[in-house]
Amino acid sequence: MKVEFYEKVFLVLTVVVLAAGLITIGASVLVAGVHVPSPAARVDPRTVAQTPPFDQPGLREIAPGKYEAVILARAWFYDPKEIRVPVGSTVTFKMTSADVVHGFELEGTTLNGMLIPGQVLTMTTTFEEPGEHLFICHEYCGVGHHTMFGRVVVE
Amino acid sequence: MTGEAISLQRTAGAEAATAYPAEQLRPIRWQLILGFVGLLIGGYLGLLQALERVGVDLYRASQIKTYYQGLTLHGVLLAFVFTFAFTNAFTQYMTMRGFGRPLASTALVQASFLTALLGVVLAGYAMLTNQASVLFTFYAPMKAHPLFYLGAVFLVISTWIVLANQLLTYRAWRREHPGERIPLPSYMGLMNYLMWTIATVGVAVEVLAFLLPWSLGWLDTTDPQLNRILFWLTGHPIVYFWLLPAYTSWYALVPAQVGGKLFSDGLTRLTFLLFLLFSIPVGVHHQFTDPGIPTAMKVIHMVLTFVVFVPSMITAFSVVAALETGGRKAGGRGLLGWIPRLPWGNPSVAAQLLAMLAFTLGGATGIINASFTMNLIVHNTAFVPGHFHLTVGTAVALSFMGIAYWFVPYLTGRQLFSRRLALVQAWCWAIGALIFARGQIGGGLESMPRRTAIGAATYALPGWDVSNWFTAVGGALMAIGGVLFFIVLFGTLFNAKRVEPAAVEPPLSEVIHGPKESWQIFDRIGLWVIVAIALTLLAYGPLLLGYLPANMTSPAIKVW
Repeated sequence: MKVEFYEKVFLVLTVVVLAAGLITIGASVLVAGVHVPSPAARVDPRTVAQTPPFDQPGLREIAPGKYEAVILARAWFYDPKEIRVPVGSTVTFKMTSADVVHGFELEGTTLNGMLIPGQVLTMTTTFEEPGEHLFICHEYCGVGHHTMFGRVVVE
Repeated sequence: MTGEAISLQRTAGAEAATAYPAEQLRPIRWQLILGFVGLLIGGYLGLLQALERVGVDLYRASQIKTYYQGLTLHGVLLAFVFTFAFTNAFTQYMTMRGFGRPLASTALVQASFLTALLGVVLAGYAMLTNQASVLFTFYAPMKAHPLFYLGAVFLVISTWIVLANQLLTYRAWRREHPGERIPLPSYMGLMNYLMWTIATVGVAVEVLAFLLPWSLGWLDTTDPQLNRILFWLTGHPIVYFWLLPAYTSWYALVPAQVGGKLFSDGLTRLTFLLFLLFSIPVGVHHQFTDPGIPTAMKVIHMVLTFVVFVPSMITAFSVVAALETGGRKAGGRGLLGWIPRLPWGNPSVAAQLLAMLAFTLGGATGIINASFTMNLIVHNTAFVPGHFHLTVGTAVALSFMGIAYWFVPYLTGRQLFSRRLALVQAWCWAIGALIFARGQIGGGLESMPRRTAIGAATYALPGWDVSNWFTAVGGALMAIGGVLFFIVLFGTLFNAKRVEPAAVEPPLSEVIHGPKESWQIFDRIGLWVIVAIALTLLAYGPLLLGYLPANMTSPAIKVW
């Protein structure tokens, strides 16, 4: 099959650009340590409010400077709505939904995940600076969707 | 640049234009109009959404109860009704055009239209009565009225009927033309519908095995994570199902409309073949942030997503090169001097050129979405609608409008109502879409969530105001473009001035390196279908098997 010179050049450039993109993404995971959510556990949304750890939502210290934040999402609020952590702490968020699909986007960080009933979502980040970060439900969850948010206060 | 110029048509010049039976063209025309009714209502609701974020509430005046009822109608009418109906109509026509014969079955042409109409009526009833405000993704366990799911099923069946007719027509043509290459216009449509039909297996299983029985109360619970995996098995390939009719026009008609020639039959076939193979095994890139999918699966789907970028890059080259041959023939000189020499005064061409321009930005933002870790910054933010209003909202929608500027006169025998209004329309839409996308993309980068009534939100971040105004102004400009389009459309449908259909039908592109130079294996349709199914099984088999048993724990919930 006849492929003209410029066509060949363009195809090679395409492959080079795409390969460079893939290598960069690989580096963001392997070198920079950015991670996407992966399977943690399953849970029954009908009984989640009685199932540890979601029977006691909130923040607990699991080691010096290390915290676990358990958040249960419902239409249309997060329980708890606010989390306060000291500067420099590493927080692992453990979350799920008790009803429909919700979202969790922690503004100013790379934490971004879906709260799907039946699935536990875990994500970890370290808060280096004092300040406030909103977390926003970014998946449509009903007529009150635009009122569903919370905040992490780093102090 | 030398070589024999060969028309895409088997017998160049001897094409008996418009000699297609009226009883087939009539249901095609009705299906096209059904699609534009979807665009009219769906587009109107888009305007309401854009204005909502700067404090203008037109919902009460529209009998629409909530932002989300409107958003559901917007998504379903534009992403399913407008696109499916237009594509069914255009593909049936291009199939006839390529094979140079009527479709094998008139009954199937009628059935496709009636099935689509039934789907619109059923789903439309559920949505208009606010019994299905679940958005076009209908994520479980939000439960819609059963007629909503049933309507979606009928809309999909209307596309399967078109494929059946394409295959029957192909078989009849093949009997009379053994050993010949499948004409390109027919080849493109076949590849698109084969890809799409394989892809619909995901949503078919989701709706028929889970959501429909569950919404009827025959099943107590469903598995939202599994349902999402099945949805996106269909939900990503659907974007190529929207896009490939526009590509078909860009390859098969636009080069001739600008007086240029397509470079390569082989690369064109390769492009559509790659879409058949790689459109489907990529759906998980919509689910990088889903907790229930292993990271390895996400990586595999990301890499395959990068592969499916290749045919779009080939298209960028081939179509622009074809445009350049046209612009240079018209006297364009220098590196870019050929661009102003293109027939910008032809609204059909202008609309599609602007659509291509928007698509370069749409493609670039798409690669960002698909990039695994970078996706964390933009996932489910307003960035995503910013992206897809450049792709489906402009590259596809504006191309469809550009096609309509000759297709409607062709189907009705009535002259285009106003060339000038049509031109203003195209520019309005394109500029509006760019401003709109600037608003949504900027907002998204500042963490603004998508599919949210931002005007009523109880939270806000600094910087969102500016984005909202871009979105509103851009959306309003698109709406003006929309109004102009419907003035031209209705003006044409009721125009007293008649045209000879043959006079408005664009000729098919000539190809510099014709089918004789391209590999025969591209035409082995059966083989490629098997490979496409195998790739789908490889990408989804381990994922689904590893996921099982299903986590059937979610009862149905109504949250609106």
